[in-house]
Amino acid sequence: MAKDDPIRELVNRLELPFNALGVDPYGISKKHLVVGFGILGWLYRTYFRVHAVGAENVPKRGRAMLVGNHSGGYAIDGAMVIASMMLELDPPRLAQGMAEKFINQLPIGSLWSSRTGQFTGLPEHAERLLEDDRLLMVFPEGARGTAKLYKERYSLIDFGTGFMRLALKTKTPIVPLGFVGGADAVPTVMNSYALGKLIGVPYVPVTPYGLALPLPAPCEVHYGAPMTFEGSGNEEDSVIKGYVEQVKGRIGELMEAARSGRRSRLKLGGER
Amino acid sequence: MRVLIAGVSGALARQVAMLLKGRGHEVLGLDRRAWRDPPEGIEVFETDLRKRAAEDVFRTRRPDCVIHMATVNALTAGGDERARINVGGTRALFEHAINHGVKHVVFVGRHTYYGASADSPLYHTEDEPPHGIGSFPELADLVAADLFAANALWREPRLCTTVLRLVYTLGPSQQGTLASFLRGKRVPLVLGYDPLFQFLYESDAARAITLSAEQGVKGIFNVCGPNPVPLRMIVEQTGRTAMPVPEPMLRALLGRFGLPALPPGALEHIKFPIVVDGQAFKKATGFSHEVDEVEALQRYRMLTGR
Repeated sequence: MAKDDPIRELVNRLELPFNALGVDPYGISKKHLVVGFGILGWLYRTYFRVHAVGAENVPKRGRAMLVGNHSGGYAIDGAMVIASMMLELDPPRLAQGMAEKFINQLPIGSLWSSRTGQFTGLPEHAERLLEDDRLLMVFPEGARGTAKLYKERYSLIDFGTGFMRLALKTKTPIVPLGFVGGADAVPTVMNSYALGKLIGVPYVPVTPYGLALPLPAPCEVHYGAPMTFEGSGNEEDSVIKGYVEQVKGRIGELMEAARSGRRSRLKLGGER
Repeated sequence: MRVLIAGVSGALARQVAMLLKGRGHEVLGLDRRAWRDPPEGIEVFETDLRKRAAEDVFRTRRPDCVIHMATVNALTAGGDERARINVGGTRALFEHAINHGVKHVVFVGRHTYYGASADSPLYHTEDEPPHGIGSFPELADLVAADLFAANALWREPRLCTTVLRLVYTLGPSQQGTLASFLRGKRVPLVLGYDPLFQFLYESDAARAITLSAEQGVKGIFNVCGPNPVPLRMIVEQTGRTAMPVPEPMLRALLGRFGLPALPPGALEHIKFPIVVDGQAFKKATGFSHEVDEVEALQRYRMLTGR
């Protein structure tokens, strides 16, 4: 149990309105966070050896939206961003992702996503969490983003625009982030949609070694300065798309920076 | 004010009746179930809402306010009779109210109106349509009753209509959907799912209904109090043992070994949460709960001696 203690300490320092039973108004539970971050913390520090740059760009409190690229056959990127907000910030913050709908349909997935604040990506959820001054994590590439193949790993596919309308409506600063390394952890050569259908997920990534278990590839994440946009969220598509392109461009730059940071780290450290 | 409570013999309705009486109102009750020895001053008519005798109560006693608590909500109760009571009874009540000079009708509905499903949001607001009726058709009559009551808002603009969507209640009566679920020592859960449940202590629920009758607030309101709590925590905090069972097995077990014979759709309600936003009601009436979730569970544990 002693191993848990630093994590428990961090969970206790989260500035969320937990009740006497350790549950917040959304059902986020301290008990589950301690277990979850025990695992994520190990993956973050030991397995993926994540290097985070610029975490201080994330506001200490108040609403904010982390917006990033997808990297890797499934949400390793999301999990590591959540871990970095917990381990690198002072006070720690709980990043709340907008999960794919299928997760809440699956047993276990439903329970753990609900208790750790990773709710189904519904506009109602996103808006309510921001109005409540939470830290939202958004990947505007969506599931098509995690489906990127290894050879496409440094590309960005089309961004949705919903996040930008929401940020304008709720006056939320956007913290862009670039994440690299996930595609080396899960080097997808193809996606099996048939297998996915069978087990109730959108697709199953297939790697050269068959199974999609992640390799211990080092990851790097760079956070940029908050971007704020003025508006109501009801602007025309062309205006919104212009803003989205700005964010996308910034994320592209951060991915480049993370890529060269990771490259020099690999050379210096002689890792792998 | 003269208040008529339809469905007065129900556990929560009795508490509303006594609360109103204590606050100096004249209270009449109507129910086809008997309320033996009601407290002095509460006059109970034993008749069905859809019968002639019920209309006579409206005609001769001319209540100012009618509180409709005569719907059947139990998930285990099914069939045509339930639908007839919920939809037919609600229609009869509004007809009598309009024909006999009632000024205010309070329809006490349930938050289950919103439905439970994997893709429905936490914290429903009053403007949302019901969700997931497809997976739980047995709920359709309650949804229909709610919508019928709500459309009195525009059909009968001179009548003040209040539609309440009340969360589960927990308290001394040990009755209601949540209480029946907690009846046994071991409580079956669906393995891998743990929905948030929202509940009010009975005394708070009775006070909320009383407030809406007294204040004559017009509109549709979610009524809730403390924060929602995961079902497993409710089970454990009330001194029961949680028994998570894989879903296919649970489906096969329903109706056997002392487990209730729930319709298949009811399982959605122990897999996914129904959580409502009660801000509008609090703002309109000034309601706030007195018993929070932790204390409510503790009291319930004491009450049921576990």
